[in-house]
Amino acid sequence: MQSAWQPTASLDSLRLRAEVLRKIRQFFFERDVLEVETPIVGQSCGTDPHLDFFTTTYDLATVDQTLFLQTSPEFAMKRLLCAGSGSIYQICKAFRNGEAGRYHNPEFTMLEWYQLGYGLDDLMAEVADLLDYLTAGYLNLQATQRLNYQDVFFNITGLNPFVFTIEQYEAFALANHQPEALSLCGHDHNLWLDFIFSHHVQPTLGQSRFCLVYGYPASQSSLARINTSNPNTVDRVEVFIEGVELGNGYYELQDPIEQSLRFDAEINGRNVTGRPAVVKDARLISALEFGLPECAGIAIGLDRLLMILTHSKHIEDVLSFSITRA
Amino acid sequence: MAIYSTNEFKSGLKVMLDNDPCAIIENEFVKPGKGQAFNRVKIRNLKTGRVIERTFKSGDSLESADVIDVEMQYLYNDGEYRHFMTPESFEQYQCDAKAVGDASKWLKDQDMCTVTLWNDAPLSVTPANFVELTIVETDPGVRGDTSGGGGKPATLDTGAVVRVPLFVQQGEVIKVDTRTGEYISRVKD
Repeated sequence: MQSAWQPTASLDSLRLRAEVLRKIRQFFFERDVLEVETPIVGQSCGTDPHLDFFTTTYDLATVDQTLFLQTSPEFAMKRLLCAGSGSIYQICKAFRNGEAGRYHNPEFTMLEWYQLGYGLDDLMAEVADLLDYLTAGYLNLQATQRLNYQDVFFNITGLNPFVFTIEQYEAFALANHQPEALSLCGHDHNLWLDFIFSHHVQPTLGQSRFCLVYGYPASQSSLARINTSNPNTVDRVEVFIEGVELGNGYYELQDPIEQSLRFDAEINGRNVTGRPAVVKDARLISALEFGLPECAGIAIGLDRLLMILTHSKHIEDVLSFSITRA
Repeated sequence: MAIYSTNEFKSGLKVMLDNDPCAIIENEFVKPGKGQAFNRVKIRNLKTGRVIERTFKSGDSLESADVIDVEMQYLYNDGEYRHFMTPESFEQYQCDAKAVGDASKWLKDQDMCTVTLWNDAPLSVTPANFVELTIVETDPGVRGDTSGGGGKPATLDTGAVVRVPLFVQQGEVIKVDTRTGEYISRVKD
């Protein structure tokens, strides 16, 4: 029986983490991508309708000010891009309240990078290069696979994710012994997509290989650009291996007006579901108005990558001290 | 009545689901990168013993079930009900065959066992992990056979039938693991 003062990870796993960090820095050094740091504590936060955040109070201001622990460094990094930083990467902690489980710790390590002049294809190629480099010698993987969201969704479920025929979605849930889906998801197309994708599609993705899924529905757009040839989709990619989601990337939206509208819609969504209010990051909007260079960017969860490298069953096996011992 | 949210679900927690008392076995947090978080929960219906999987939206909640495990002594079987007593308060409970279930074949008068109560009514009975019972019927063993291989069926004084080594004889007391139904050892007087 272990004591609560002891690390949850083995020392070997911590050594492997150090090596992965060193290799990531080597990889980006060779590609001339600048390492940056941005604030962990900031005056605004992402508006993602499904994320909860930690807050803290800043006492030195004339009026006590609520600050947010960042759920991702994306906004600050984009402001650097607008300021002319060129391609950048960061390895940092990110914080998401209420997320704990086999694959979630509320404080986790993220690798995020942006490449100027990249589109989604270039980004996917670079992700594959990096992951090959990091896993070489540890995992014996097949070549990274690219799958179109609509194709993989249809192949596994027989459903078209872009056409919401509720009778077909309900019939699928009932045939899979999940009658609760009907009341959980109701008439919310996006919720149905989340439910079916996470229960039925995701577990099949990335068997002995990395799998990149792209072409997400425009309704799940976030900060990605609408695809020019298929406006039902956005240029967004997610990375999976062994059914585990590792990362999320975009061909980045440049349009400040469009971005502002999406923030409004997300803030509105938060109000509807009763989540704590957030304010739109006006500094990011100002930066986008100044001009974001053409770029693509992605965030990779390094703890989960380490889980895959070490065949760990629980994220705490790769963290020095998981939230229960922090 | 307490209310538990999905993030409080942990193994062993007793909750009400579809009007039945249930025990949580496993709770997996599932969150698509940018989407709705779910909790995929494996749960045992304490009335039927059946295990089902159910998905909740994270943050949803269930009412707690007033379910407790109480150590009791098995007293006797009156034909219709089996009777149990708490050794401290001498409070007696009667259980029908449905509540006793498979435990019946391990229950010997005076033995201790666990009775699960729901709203103070017996829901199920769990025998002790190890019980000592007498063999009332088994074929005579072959003299000199001391190997563990093979074995033969033996009927115990509670009616249970277990496989025992050939050298074990009728009238002997043996120790049995009730979770697997396997013979463990002879019990010396």
